[in-house]
Amino acid sequence: MKFITAIILTALLSFAFGLFAALPWWSFAITSFVIATAIHQKPGKAFLAAFIAVFLLWAILTFIIDNANQHLLSVKVATILPLGGSSFTLIFLTAFIGGLVAGLAALTGSYLRKH
Amino acid sequence: MRIVPLIISATATTALIVVLNMQLPVGSGKTPRLGYFLSPQQGFWQNAEPADVSFDKNISIKGINANADVYFDDRLVPHIYANNDTDAYFIQGYLHAKFRLWQMEFQTSVAAGRLSEIIGEDGLKTDKYFRRLGMVYGAEQSLKALEANPETKAATDAYTNGVNAYIGSLKENELPFEFKLLDYKPELWSNLKTALFLKFMSFDLTGQGDDDLWMTNTRNYLGYDTFKKLFPERPDSLDPIIPKGTGFDKPSIAVKTPANADSVYFHKNEQGITATPPIIPNKNNGSNNWAVSGAKTKSGKPILCSDPHLGLNLPSLWYEMQITTPTHNTYGASFPGAPAIIIGFTDSIAWGVTNAGRDVKDFYDIKFKDTTMQEYWFNNEWKKAEFRTETIRIKNKRDDIETIAMTVFGPVMYDHSYKSRNEDGRYYAVRWTAHDPSNELFTFYKLNRAKNYGDYVQAILPYQCPGQNFVFASVSGDIAIRQQGKFVAKWKHQGDFVQPGTDSSYMWQGFIPANENPQMENPLRSFVSSANQMAVDSTYPYYLGRSGNFPVYRGFLINRKLASMDNITPEDMQRMQTDNYNVVAEFTRPFLIKYLDETKLNSDEKKYLDLLKTWNLRNDIQEKGSTVYKVFWDSCYKQTYSDEYGKSKLPLYWPEQVTFVEALLKDSSYAFADDINTTDKKETWKDVVLTAFQKACKTLQKASSENKLEWGVFKDTYVNHLLKIPALSRLHLPIGGGAEMINATTANHGPSWRMVVHLTDKVQAFAVYPGGQSGNPGSKYYDTFIDSWVEGRYYSVLFLKKQEAESNSRIKWHFSFVKA
Repeated sequence: MKFITAIILTALLSFAFGLFAALPWWSFAITSFVIATAIHQKPGKAFLAAFIAVFLLWAILTFIIDNANQHLLSVKVATILPLGGSSFTLIFLTAFIGGLVAGLAALTGSYLRKH
Repeated sequence: MRIVPLIISATATTALIVVLNMQLPVGSGKTPRLGYFLSPQQGFWQNAEPADVSFDKNISIKGINANADVYFDDRLVPHIYANNDTDAYFIQGYLHAKFRLWQMEFQTSVAAGRLSEIIGEDGLKTDKYFRRLGMVYGAEQSLKALEANPETKAATDAYTNGVNAYIGSLKENELPFEFKLLDYKPELWSNLKTALFLKFMSFDLTGQGDDDLWMTNTRNYLGYDTFKKLFPERPDSLDPIIPKGTGFDKPSIAVKTPANADSVYFHKNEQGITATPPIIPNKNNGSNNWAVSGAKTKSGKPILCSDPHLGLNLPSLWYEMQITTPTHNTYGASFPGAPAIIIGFTDSIAWGVTNAGRDVKDFYDIKFKDTTMQEYWFNNEWKKAEFRTETIRIKNKRDDIETIAMTVFGPVMYDHSYKSRNEDGRYYAVRWTAHDPSNELFTFYKLNRAKNYGDYVQAILPYQCPGQNFVFASVSGDIAIRQQGKFVAKWKHQGDFVQPGTDSSYMWQGFIPANENPQMENPLRSFVSSANQMAVDSTYPYYLGRSGNFPVYRGFLINRKLASMDNITPEDMQRMQTDNYNVVAEFTRPFLIKYLDETKLNSDEKKYLDLLKTWNLRNDIQEKGSTVYKVFWDSCYKQTYSDEYGKSKLPLYWPEQVTFVEALLKDSSYAFADDINTTDKKETWKDVVLTAFQKACKTLQKASSENKLEWGVFKDTYVNHLLKIPALSRLHLPIGGGAEMINATTANHGPSWRMVVHLTDKVQAFAVYPGGQSGNPGSKYYDTFIDSWVEGRYYSVLFLKKQEAESNSRIKWHFSFVKA
């Protein structure tokens, strides 16, 4: 239960803070960290929960944007980066980076709080 | 608390964020800040515009005097309806910024010599060049003139405020894509930036860079006599803008050639004065325009056509729009970066421009006392130089300071710290009309409000730089053309080469009064036209500049066609603007075939010759004969002159195409056909043509094996993103045409705005440009028009009164500007 709650809250706060364009792009690292200290889990689980939360959040967000955009921009960016022009790879990379940052931040949060 | 893992994971988290927040070096460039760039809520994903996006918006805004409306049609062309002119320009600025902000910022940064601030040291070469040429200085001078005129000041102030209102409303996540990619932010706009943008157009359209220096090299290398043969005065095939034999009044300025010109200026033989400009405007920068009167049209009303040929870029140089206020109702192409419509029409008149190509930029050889450049020799005494300091800021590097000496001629562009290529230790100052105060915007401002021929003349008379051929037609039935600019009254060949800078006798002696510029109103032949050719015949009393600056054949063909046409419709004019007929090939093919000894060709080579012989003389995309001709022709040209030019390490000008054409057609024993490297034999056209054809066949075989023999594939036209990023460009476009054709589309250059205006009582117009209304690569409107442009299709434009706009079925979106 804690695991699911952590996922939902992490995703929710990441999204909410992301709405404030003036905040740095990594504000979700802070929120993931805070939630990991508030909802204490074992380090591995804390990492996984935050990773899944932001991975899914970013994957869903970009998937929706990309579909509405008919892949116009993602194909161009995936050519520049270069990812062989694959929108799917670009979405995966985006989500993975988000997940990794969130996961590490949560891991730190979990270690900070005593058992 | 587990301290060790805590420290490790905290460090790892921070390190990851720091790395993702940095621009990492890759090859010669840098990545964006990846974390930021990929962030769905802040990064580039925010620029991925939904395909079914609605642009409807209510904008409550300070800075306008009354509420105003903008209706966007299905092509995202805005139709502005404002209660007064300043509000219209405020909104124009706002819309330019909304759809084209990055390009406006980038283009003016380049013009200002500030590219290094954006891309780092790679931009330094460009920046030094523009700073030393005096672009900022020129823009400052023009800004003074612009702001001294109350009308253009009010328009530009309002425009700037509009741009800044948009920038002020811009949220971080809404930054245009390229800002995110390169990781920087827009500055506030200013009137100076508008002046800089217009100055950049002057640069692009006034001569092939520092051609005086190249020409001087060429003369020195070839020797004066050979030079004169390869660079003749004026081609026989010229069909000038003002028909031959028109006759001109006595000039009001009598220009004196300096007494010592033969020895110190024309020099029979002097060793290498040389400099190599890093940036040379495209030689094909030119255009077509023409107007036919009612006597030649089916409707009995004039038709005006204009298609400026410029570099093909995305986002496009042009932004299409309509501006309607109580004082005027105008439609056409605008420059993101400047107020008003630049090429277009009103409900009474239409106008278009082509480049005049006159030489208004000269170089002077300055003698300084020593390398401190404090004093220079002028009129038999040492004169004190002034200095202008230009600080170039470089991203992540120390500033570069350029100290530029200012002389009576102008800035010393080349000196010991910015050397000419042969490091000759010489100092070259540049005199350029674009350094003089001038207010080009005034002309466009007035043309936007013109009702008749008189208004048109009044609008263009003060226009200075870059000189243009303004074509005109009105609903009331008039047609006209005028070459207008601030043109220098030059003695013959003044400024073809670098001039002595030690005394005043080589300075410009005056400017040609505007009423003595070439012009023509309602001629008997019922049409006017221009295509960058020399404007007048040899009876015109002033020197126009070296003939190489004026292409010949497009103008020739346009006049030949128009003379033979009757009952013209707008559709005929569209077909003519997109015509791929190759008139140079019409002239030269019989001679190439005549001189080519078929018996010496193998069967493969004969196959290519057959393609050439059966070719229909059109450079359409599927034609293989067109490719054979082009490769063969280039090979002949090279074969003829490469022996004369082969040994030079300096940049030189080769003869003009027209010189070569006329030699082939008229001089059967052309001296330059001989290969000077063979002493035992005197080669003739036959030898040149045979060798050239055999060499050409090798190129053709290679093209053929790669399936690139068809003209469209061989030419391979593309529209390049301003950053030259292929993924943001449109490549491999199947479009015909070429440099000497009316459809002057080369690889990356061509008709940048095609317009046909039918001046019926309710003006009808057709237009297309190779781009799209949105500058956002993530928008479906980024390159919408390119396919139509490629296929030679036009859009019938909507030119609407406000009541019509409210109910027109092609109007899709509405911006309501509400005064806050």
